[in-house]
Amino acid sequence: MAEKRTDAHPDSLASHQNVALLMRDITKVFPGVVANDKVTFELKVGEVHALLGENGAGKTTLMNILYGLYQADSGEIYLYGKRVRIRSPRDAIRHRIGMVHQHFKLVPRHTVAENVVLGLDGAPFLAPARAVEDEILQLGERYGLKVDPKAYIWQLSAGEQQRVEIIKALVRGADILILDEPTSVLTPQEVEELFKILARMREEGHSVIFITHKLDEVMEVSDRVTVMRRGKVVATLSTADVNKPTLAKMMVGREVVFRLKKVACERGQEALVVEDLWALSDRGLPALKGISFSVCRGEILGIAGVAGNGQKELVEVITGLRRATRGKVFVLGDEVTNENPRRIADKGVAHIPEERLKRGIVPEMSVAENLILKRHHRSPFCHGFFLNLRAVKRFAHHAIEEYAIMTPGPDTPAKLLSGGNIQRLILARELSGEPALVIAAHPTYGLDVGATEQIRQILLEQRRRGAAILLISEDLEELMSLADRIAVIFEGEIMGEVSPEAATLEEIGLMMAGEKRRVRR
Amino acid sequence: MGWESWIIDTLKRALAYGTPLLWGTLGEIYAERAGVVNLGVEGMMILGALSAFAVAQSTGNPWLGILAASVVGGFAALIHAFFSVTLRANQYVSGLALTIFGLGLSGLLGTSWVGISLKNPLPKATIPGLERIPILGEALFRDHSYLTYIGIVLAVVLWFVLYKTRWGIAIRSVGESPSTADAMGIDVFAVQYLCVIFGGILAGVAGGFLSVEYRPAWTEGMTAGMGWIVIALTIFAAWDPLQAVGGVVLFGALYHLAYRLQAWFPPEFLKLMPYAFAILVLAVAGLRKVKRGAPASLGVPYVRGQR
Ligand SMILES: Nc1ncnc2c1ncn2[C@@H]1O[C@H](COP(=O)(O)OP(=O)(O)O)[C@@H](O)[C@H]1O
Ligand SMILES: [Mg+2]
Repeated sequence: MAEKRTDAHPDSLASHQNVALLMRDITKVFPGVVANDKVTFELKVGEVHALLGENGAGKTTLMNILYGLYQADSGEIYLYGKRVRIRSPRDAIRHRIGMVHQHFKLVPRHTVAENVVLGLDGAPFLAPARAVEDEILQLGERYGLKVDPKAYIWQLSAGEQQRVEIIKALVRGADILILDEPTSVLTPQEVEELFKILARMREEGHSVIFITHKLDEVMEVSDRVTVMRRGKVVATLSTADVNKPTLAKMMVGREVVFRLKKVACERGQEALVVEDLWALSDRGLPALKGISFSVCRGEILGIAGVAGNGQKELVEVITGLRRATRGKVFVLGDEVTNENPRRIADKGVAHIPEERLKRGIVPEMSVAENLILKRHHRSPFCHGFFLNLRAVKRFAHHAIEEYAIMTPGPDTPAKLLSGGNIQRLILARELSGEPALVIAAHPTYGLDVGATEQIRQILLEQRRRGAAILLISEDLEELMSLADRIAVIFEGEIMGEVSPEAATLEEIGLMMAGEKRRVRR
Repeated sequence: MGWESWIIDTLKRALAYGTPLLWGTLGEIYAERAGVVNLGVEGMMILGALSAFAVAQSTGNPWLGILAASVVGGFAALIHAFFSVTLRANQYVSGLALTIFGLGLSGLLGTSWVGISLKNPLPKATIPGLERIPILGEALFRDHSYLTYIGIVLAVVLWFVLYKTRWGIAIRSVGESPSTADAMGIDVFAVQYLCVIFGGILAGVAGGFLSVEYRPAWTEGMTAGMGWIVIALTIFAAWDPLQAVGGVVLFGALYHLAYRLQAWFPPEFLKLMPYAFAILVLAVAGLRKVKRGAPASLGVPYVRGQR
């Protein structure tokens, strides 16, 4: 990098000795969306700087530009007052920038040490993994990042994997550390630990960029906060000078009232009963180990837990997408264990799947076609071998209106819709025909505040109508405000059940980490 | 014939027939460890066989023939790397095309070389000392091609590189998770290109072995499906260079036994063997879920920043 001194940013912002990073007027356009629109972002030496914004605000894009994964269309980056060009992660690492991605960049089948040493400059050619083991242990001591260098990544919990990611950055001498939504995979206790680590890093002189969409976290860890909305920076403020409502308003662009109309409901007939359910994961290891519960009409049973503790397998077994190796599933009193998915759906089971794009829609097919996917084989949508296109159109128009799906028309390919609208499409399809049981897996994950509110409202409306709802979510606040009962799952077992009125976040957090408690009825 | 000479004979033949399979499999293991399937092995081998024969016959030096084969094999693999890594074409289609191209081109260019037998094929060597071990010495260390010995040493070296060195970690990481390797500053394209080309060089040598040593002559289609056995052996060996040696010897022995039984079976049976073996290995691999050992990103082109 051959920067001339004259390239140095002249005005007051960067001439301050204590500015570690300045990104100025960064613009990045993806097909159909301006992800970053003249974004200016400043990081001081030794501060924890929160980057706050809703999903889709452009936070990850901005940081991927800083880390060299994307190239900005325009704009400049200054490090300690000097203009730099970052064309690849290699450049970023050389400039002592480290990034912990939201979806970890780790090779599951390799050991911790192998992951740490991958691509590390100066590692010996022979037995490189052994050479970093000591350093990993030392860093662990110094920052409170305990992890066994010889363990395989797939054996580690999400929290431990995150520590490996941080160690990777520290081994490379990162001064600037970017953490992209680091708390989304952690239990409340692990979050506390992470915050301690961050405090430790600040003491050691590192500058940290902390990406989040959670207001509490901003207030708790950051020195300053930059709020982004729809690709633009709304403001950069000192955390001491703001409060949560102000931040919320900046983030969403309007007043946010977190109010859900939850009316008392009568518990009806048992719609879903699960008895001693066992199943294997894709790797062939036990993922469900004797799960039992029931959900009645007119109630929402929430399943809390850190991702990867059997939630996915549970949903798949109930909906017929995965074989149960033992145990039974009953829907409305009839046994449906290991029945085929269509037969289970026809019993009145709606499924709002976790991977919207992969399992919720056929991305290349039109909105109208996606809307009838589940019932295309029945009247009025087909006559024998042929589809009744007029009925399909009519239904599509109706659904688009009722669920306020923003689409150019029923013939638009579903993949062109935004996340929130794809989810509305799925709800419109699944909830038509008044299902007795709704299985909702992470229904608001990755959606903006508006869509989230609306979808929660729809779920409550279904409950009022008398549907039984199984709600799987990592968002404890969502569970606390929607569910009538919350069961906590850990490593394929139910740790216990609590009522949202009586339980504290801490209690649930402990159960999410594997602590059993007596079931309280 | 006593049982000793029977064992010696079987092992000897297994190693000789297995040598090209070993070279080819070691190369394919490296390409696939970097995440690139190359179904063009058969094509690269046949091109290697023709160029080795042509150069060896013209210059009188079989080693120059092997060198030519490695260069041609490397270039053929470069084509595959360009399509599958740079253009991100479907790797299976690109590899199949390479095989068809190689078989066709070698047939076309090779017509004038048909029916000539090579003046001086590769010499054989005996390893002093080791050859005197009873039975095994005679089977493994006497009168084998240099390429057989080199191949086995190469397997050990490649195993070591893969599991015990920086390069190995980089290669394996690229095959498991290219986005991770990229984020850690590894040049994913460079690693994939190098591994695919390296695989091609080895496949070229494998073909060269056939035409300047095993059957020192050129015949159209003389690889006879060996490229497909290589693909199957790569899976059979669970992408491990040392296990490849075992797999190769096992298949070589099987092939030799089938050859011995020719008196009772129609000759088509022998021609069928490679393909039958490939299908069998894939079926067994499927049943035993060996596929779980496959590099996680095998066959998936990498695009930085794609979601
Ligand atoms: N690789 C990509 N290709 C196309 N669009 C993208 C890509 N990455 C991000 N986007 C779009 O850019 C916008 C900002 O995304 P992102 O930076 O991930 O937001 P955040 O991290 O704040 O949730 C979104 O509309 C997203 O769909
Ligand atoms: Mg993001």
